Amino acid sequence: MTESLLISILVFMIISSVVALFTDELISAIIAIGALGFGGSIAYLIMGAPDLAITQIVVEVVSLVLLIRVTIGVGLRLTAGCCSKTRTAVAGAVVLLTSFVFAFSLRLFPAFGDAVMGRVQYAPSIFYIEYGLHSTGASNLVTAILLDFRAYDTLGEATVIFTAVLGGIALLRKRGRNISAGDEVSRGDTA
Amino acid sequence: MKDRSLIAVIISRWVSPFIFLYGVHLIAYGHLSPGGGFPGGVVLACSFILALLARGKLAALKRMPYVFAKKLDASGAFIFLLTAFAGLIFARVFFLNFLNQIFPGQELRLFSAGTVMINNFAIGIKICASIFLVILFISALRVGKDTEMKTMEED
Repeated sequence: MTESLLISILVFMIISSVVALFTDELISAIIAIGALGFGGSIAYLIMGAPDLAITQIVVEVVSLVLLIRVTIGVGLRLTAGCCSKTRTAVAGAVVLLTSFVFAFSLRLFPAFGDAVMGRVQYAPSIFYIEYGLHSTGASNLVTAILLDFRAYDTLGEATVIFTAVLGGIALLRKRGRNISAGDEVSRGDTA
Repeated sequence: MKDRSLIAVIISRWVSPFIFLYGVHLIAYGHLSPGGGFPGGVVLACSFILALLARGKLAALKRMPYVFAKKLDASGAFIFLLTAFAGLIFARVFFLNFLNQIFPGQELRLFSAGTVMINNFAIGIKICASIFLVILFISALRVGKDTEMKTMEED
């Protein structure tokens, strides 16, 4: 049941990505990309990762708003230019080869829902599941790992976003905006 | 800018407090149920972004002024670093959950996880301000006039 549901959602995601590639208008391509992202969040929910599903759906909403906000006033259209025959042949060959490799390696995968890391002795995931609640007090183990065991990673992640916003503020600041280009003297005065 | 749909204005005014409340819930119960600082912060930002999209930039900036968002961003990062260094000071390990060792609250209760909850709130505040500022920058860049940023900084 779970696997068939997951496969149908994966087919939906593949169809929406193909639609995003082959539509003429940019706005419908963006909507197809949004359908792809929401399908991904449902797939995470089925696979038992509600934390990831919430994050995916929220980030998808914000990025969709951002993309539509950027493109809706511009009125851009995708160029529907068709490529040459050699390029199509090369792309088809690459797709066939990659799908062959994937289909071959799919047989070596563990069964669906099989915890691979549970087989390894002294694996960190076993430690987290066994002692996570007792040593951190957080029953949501994802948060316990993100903010207690691996909080240093989260600090780096927060630094990345902080730096991105810092760049935005520095680019859009009022001071030093109205200086004409090439006027080195006045630029030195304000700085 | 003038022809805003009345339905969008009214619905956004009614819905955005509930979105904000859901974000607060996601952050506050992040250590007990699915959620946490990052998704909760983005949901908090979504309530302001909804106001920005439906009612324009001035309505959004009245709720979340530009300078306040900048300070919120910096203070969230500062609180996160402060708990990290508090672990270093009190227990000699960077990012140690020292509060959980001093006050071991009852498991599966709201006040139980020590510094995890403080970190969740810090990350949530920071992400909320960051995402809102990013969307604000995009919408300021789209018009590309000097007056847009000037009205933001005067508020």
